[in-house]
Amino acid sequence: MEGLEQVITQHKIEIGRGAKVVVDWLTSNFEWLFDGITYGLRVPIEGTVDLLLAIPSLAFVGICAAIAFLLQRSWKLVAFVILGLLLILNLGLWKDMVETVVLILYATFVSLSIGIPIGIICSRRPWLYRLLSPILDMMQTIPTFVYLVPTLIFFGLGLVPGIIATVIFAVPAPIRLTYLGISQVPTALVEAGESFGCTRWQLLWRVKLPAALPTIMAGVNQCIMLSLSMVVIAALVGAGGLGRPVVRSLGQANVPLGVESGLAIVIVAIILDRLLKRRATQRAGAGQV
Amino acid sequence: MSQNAIRFEHVDVIFGQNAPRAVSMLDQGQGRDAILDKTGCLVAVHDASVFVNEGEILVLMGLSGSGKSSLLRCVNGLNTVTRGKVIVHDGNREVDVARCEPETLRRLRRNRISMVFQQFGLMPWLTVRDNIGFGLDVRGMDRAERDRIVEEKIKLVRLDKFADKFSHELSGGMQQRVGLARAFATEADILLMDEPFSALDPLIREHLQDELIELQQKLKKTIVFVSHDLDEALKIGSRIAIMESGRVVQFGVPEEIILNPVNDYVRQFVASMNPLTVLKGGTLMRPVADLAREPGGTTIQLDRAGKCRCQLDARGKPVNLIVNGKPGEMVPYATDLDLAKLPDHAMVCGTDRTPMRAAVTVRSQTKRPLVLLGDDGELLGVVGEHEIYRGMLRQSEYARVNGAQPM
Repeated sequence: MEGLEQVITQHKIEIGRGAKVVVDWLTSNFEWLFDGITYGLRVPIEGTVDLLLAIPSLAFVGICAAIAFLLQRSWKLVAFVILGLLLILNLGLWKDMVETVVLILYATFVSLSIGIPIGIICSRRPWLYRLLSPILDMMQTIPTFVYLVPTLIFFGLGLVPGIIATVIFAVPAPIRLTYLGISQVPTALVEAGESFGCTRWQLLWRVKLPAALPTIMAGVNQCIMLSLSMVVIAALVGAGGLGRPVVRSLGQANVPLGVESGLAIVIVAIILDRLLKRRATQRAGAGQV
Repeated sequence: MSQNAIRFEHVDVIFGQNAPRAVSMLDQGQGRDAILDKTGCLVAVHDASVFVNEGEILVLMGLSGSGKSSLLRCVNGLNTVTRGKVIVHDGNREVDVARCEPETLRRLRRNRISMVFQQFGLMPWLTVRDNIGFGLDVRGMDRAERDRIVEEKIKLVRLDKFADKFSHELSGGMQQRVGLARAFATEADILLMDEPFSALDPLIREHLQDELIELQQKLKKTIVFVSHDLDEALKIGSRIAIMESGRVVQFGVPEEIILNPVNDYVRQFVASMNPLTVLKGGTLMRPVADLAREPGGTTIQLDRAGKCRCQLDARGKPVNLIVNGKPGEMVPYATDLDLAKLPDHAMVCGTDRTPMRAAVTVRSQTKRPLVLLGDDGELLGVVGEHEIYRGMLRQSEYARVNGAQPM
């Protein structure tokens, strides 16, 4: 027995070193790609941040309130948006808030443009989904810090590794819910589509996607919330935003700053969630087929 | 007109992975259950050969699981035909749907065949108008033309006031009218209807059946209709195929099914039908040749007592009608006709398709028989007390044979 244990302990399988070799190989061979991604993401993100910061903050509050009313027709939500954003302005976290919103929007955009097509492909090939499913589980359970290290090596410090880490964490939601939504489209609707001579594309665009839209939108919402929960982690690698004061308050044991920036994150989360919920009247019809 | 629009030739439909083995077991004469046990395949339809002519309604009838829907769904390729042919007449050629190219099938589905579903199959995110236009949008028709057709079909099914509603805002009957309009919109001449009225409550169902019959007189589509209800089948069908465990056990016109049921299965259906709506004047009547004539005269007695008499002109039309000693008058039957207000020299006339219910009402309210006239106004026969009794007796005869309660 002891001999066996010795054999096991003395011949360590070099998983970690293997991973490092892969990372090194990727760094030296695909530097151009990573640099391209970094540049391609940084320029529009920083541009958007500058653009939004150029708007006077009170006007920005007004625009957000108008969007809230147009999307949801609810005065309660409009009041919440105005008060919440004014509070963030008052706390001096305005610039951080804008950075966070932009970060989330880009992370969500990237996640959706990867996740929804993959979800659609999976719904056509269930074996692919069975293959992907454990990988998606892994992406959401591996502690973020573990993949943050190679991400840093590939993309350097700043916004971009923050977004990449966020996308890794958030992309399973749209993949799963798109797949789920499309596979749950009632057969009756698909057959109705087929019986009127839909091609495969028409079936996707005219029947399956619209029928799955409520579920896909739930995926979008989840994706945004997951991105938001990565704000603090992203700040660790220098992404900026509301995570930065949180990280600073942690380092300085600064309770007031921690509470204030935490409150600001919560306000942004609630606003984004309520903005993107389906309206109650729309939801009434969605359940029936 | 009497060309086969659709012809099923020895169609087998088998669901499951191991269809070839199931086919060979079928040929060895093994039953459905044995095949299901050994191969895991379900024989949904076996050796079905029926046809429907242009402008006719074929009803596939049977209990659930008898294969009627499976057979219907072969016509537009929703089900795959394992063996046999489904010939659809398309312009001047014939297409075997079971073996045709995907593009041919798509063209047929877009232009030639449309379908109405039991659970309606309406898109919940589209308005009534857009649901009706669905088939046209799929075809890529230009906007103006599409809107014109949609408008026309909305009026046809009388939903103009609901054009911008969503389907969940409508009642079941209205939803199925949308389904009908959507099927009519593509102007396909073949209409497949998969138990379209089964999900509706009985009153709405009757109402929609009447509407369908009325529309059919205008539109003259070829319809294949699936039903589990013989009353419905007899009411709308020009031909009926009765199916049992995947086989067609009897195929014929409604009278044939009622008068000569081939086996107990069919007899049971016949026994449980409602004669009042199912039996038609044409089946019940005493034909003109059997009516009593006055000795040596040309005058025909329309009732037993001889109170209603007439003569026939050269084309067989009734003339010189005498009712209760006065010159009589013919009043066409209609469901909203107020029989109590008719003068006592009036006689009600119908056609050979007028249901028994009408004859009973006319007889009990006016004490005079219902007169049946042909398309050109010629006298076909009459339905009086005795004919009504005979119809009901025939009904109870079947009931007695099957040990069921007489209706």
